[in-house]
Amino acid sequence: MRVAVVGAGIVGSLIARELARYEADVLLVEREPDVGWGITKANSGIVHAGFHDPPGTALARFCALGNALFEQLALELDFAFHRCGAWVLAFTPDERRVLDGLLNQGMENGVPGLTICPPDDVLSEQPYVTPDVAAGLWAPTVGITEPWAVALAAAENARENGADWHVGEAVTGIAVRTGRVQAVVTDRGRYAADVVVNAAGLWADRIAAMAGLSEPRLAPRRGEYILLDASARAFVRSVLFPTPNPHSKGILVVPTVDGGVLLGPTAEDVSLDAKRATETTAHGMAVVRAGATRLVPALARMPAIHAFAGLRPESSGRDFVVGPTPVRGFYQAAAMRSPGITAAPALARWLAESISAEFSLQPKSRFISARKGIPRTADLSAHEWDALIERDPHYGQIACPCNGVTEGEIMEAIRRGATTVDGVKFRTRAGFGRCQGGSCADRVLAILTRELCVSPEEVTLRGPGSALVADRVRP
Amino acid sequence: MAAATAAAHVGARTLLIEREEALGGVLDQCIHPGFGLHRYREDLTGPEFAHRLVGELAASGAEVWTGSTALELGPSRPVARVVGTAGLVRVRAQAVVWAAGAWERPVGALLIPGTRPAGVFTAGLAQRFVNIHGLIPGRRALVLGSGDIGLIMARRLYLEGIEVVGVLELRPFPGGLLRNVVQCLHDFGIQLRLSHTVSTLHGRDRLTGVTVVEVDEHGRPIVGSEEHIEVDTLILSVGLIPETRKIEPWVSLDPINGGADVDGWFRTRIPWLFSAGNAVAVFDLVDTVARVGERAGLAAARHARGDLPVGETVPLVREGNVGHLVPTSLVPGVATTLFVRARGPLPRARVEVGPGVVSRLHVGVRPAEMVEVDLSPEETTKLASLPEARVEVRPA
Repeated sequence: MRVAVVGAGIVGSLIARELARYEADVLLVEREPDVGWGITKANSGIVHAGFHDPPGTALARFCALGNALFEQLALELDFAFHRCGAWVLAFTPDERRVLDGLLNQGMENGVPGLTICPPDDVLSEQPYVTPDVAAGLWAPTVGITEPWAVALAAAENARENGADWHVGEAVTGIAVRTGRVQAVVTDRGRYAADVVVNAAGLWADRIAAMAGLSEPRLAPRRGEYILLDASARAFVRSVLFPTPNPHSKGILVVPTVDGGVLLGPTAEDVSLDAKRATETTAHGMAVVRAGATRLVPALARMPAIHAFAGLRPESSGRDFVVGPTPVRGFYQAAAMRSPGITAAPALARWLAESISAEFSLQPKSRFISARKGIPRTADLSAHEWDALIERDPHYGQIACPCNGVTEGEIMEAIRRGATTVDGVKFRTRAGFGRCQGGSCADRVLAILTRELCVSPEEVTLRGPGSALVADRVRP
Repeated sequence: MAAATAAAHVGARTLLIEREEALGGVLDQCIHPGFGLHRYREDLTGPEFAHRLVGELAASGAEVWTGSTALELGPSRPVARVVGTAGLVRVRAQAVVWAAGAWERPVGALLIPGTRPAGVFTAGLAQRFVNIHGLIPGRRALVLGSGDIGLIMARRLYLEGIEVVGVLELRPFPGGLLRNVVQCLHDFGIQLRLSHTVSTLHGRDRLTGVTVVEVDEHGRPIVGSEEHIEVDTLILSVGLIPETRKIEPWVSLDPINGGADVDGWFRTRIPWLFSAGNAVAVFDLVDTVARVGERAGLAAARHARGDLPVGETVPLVREGNVGHLVPTSLVPGVATTLFVRARGPLPRARVEVGPGVVSRLHVGVRPAEMVEVDLSPEETTKLASLPEARVEVRPA
């Protein structure tokens, strides 16, 4: 029994991990040079509670289920997850009424703990929120995570349980004969497959079309973000949402798990084939700043350290396109718009169970459910860190001063599959801090050069064509 | 190094903690000359200047730990947790000098619209690539920002055979020292374009070009002035920010300098914590940094032996046209050199501290060059008696 999962984002990686529980050969194929580099890399990183979505949708169902799975998943796979809660803030009587609607919707979706609080309560919990706030909906089950870290953790765990990853390899065709999936064809080879899971994010429409399917129809929606210096964290304790409009959840203020603050996203529909239109714009960044300042005025003064944009896969149905299709063996995990990250663990489990039922898969006798992350020395006790240094002195050498990342952590990231400067950054947070790599990029390049046995000109920021340096000073 | 040497010289048992394997910090990558003209009356390169200081440090008897990073410091006591390849150590002291230098403002802080490709470097990072690692960042480069390090990197890249298409400066005047504008740009025919900036980055994987735009007197882009320039490398020299990471949660910082508030002894608001060098405010010359470091080291040693009482200090208030100002408060009765940076250039300027205590005429005041004002013990005492001690740079 051979399964190919197309797309190693958070959805595909978690599906690969769930399928690795069964006696099956699992192949995870990703066109980007690393795991989690599509939609998964550039979004709000929020584990939603489930009050934003209309009851009866797959969005609402998998969001509520997925949210409840995150604690256990974070323990098993060793990634950062904080249930910091969220406020939806209303500033006008109309917005106040919208909060009532969200509360009812959330209760119908089975979201626990929702309450609407008067301004005094909001301000005592979040003292830097705009003082003329009219009310706040408190959602204690909202959490924050690093979605790419979840994808990496799941992919590593899948690999430990026998799955294969092929990154930097694009699927170019799906072989279908007499209504059944036969194989996945890539720019590097052909892999026979009984089951193909389409978790290709923004490209899921193309993958589905390769199997002869007309769904999903995706429309990329760009979201621009601004990352603030960690000093802004003093002003933010929980996720802050404005009252949503019919188009989007609005510009949020999000504390990040590494101690920063993220503002955004905008919601701008770009052309249908603009699957890489992740440029930021002057207008978008002004909208982000204005939106965040409306919630927390003090943020207007806080310095930015980075701006980026991501695309999310909107679909005409405004719902996930998930499950079996008329092509036997071809499964969709597509159109995973917000709350796709939250939904991913529940969706992955459900999809793997449906596949196993359909194809009578046997559970593996020995599935290793726990994955240990790269040691994060900054979070270790003195005793644990000392022990690590004794084993490998590289863990005593700080390479990234902003986030206190050691050379040992970077070397371990490379051992686990990082081949680029960004690959190191997303695994270790080296270069994620306030200087954005200005202090450590040369050191990371030197370590990559040494550990991968390549020349410095071959080291890239994030894959082919993005070499960091051009040449040697002297031949 | 200057602080540790000075402290050890007066008999304090002194430990210097350095993150890098080599001493010297940013000096080691500054292989150009221009260092030491004041301190040694010689024109030295950065590594040569550092080498002199290393020699002085070694002779002073101070203990040195390289490859060691201070993880936590204070706030209640002068205790630091230090990590190195030998493990974690807790260091107890009577006084601490924070002299961690500065870091470079990243491209992300500028919020330049467009893509996020490889090929965009802060000037210091590019300098490390070229001078420390022997690597060339690209083939055709534009420099954004005319701070000293941007000017020096324009010349450095030119000398390594990279086509340097120009240096852009947002303000209508250069950010770096006049001597660097002449020696790094004019002498090599590199164009300096004042009142220009980069408005968009292009290229998905590696930089392919930038949109350059002229700005008005408020720094706003002038519509219609956009111009596309093909480059694979953008070097940013858009500001150094004092390194305060381990002390900023509990030390009062000066919002304009970026570093800790310090008095005439370079003492912060925490009696046992002193700060010196670019960690206080970004200075122009390493000679000045070393001089300031010595004073801080000496004061820290005096505090350690109980010989530097904590008394009232006199906060200084900036008036118009004053940017960086070091120190930010005075100790009455203690001779102090004020370092004052004007925000805009003035052909003739009057620097006044008072009102009415000190008034000096300076010719050719430029933001790139701090003005030094020596205050005598009597003058600092007199300033302490005023309701408010103000520092002002105005046209004369």
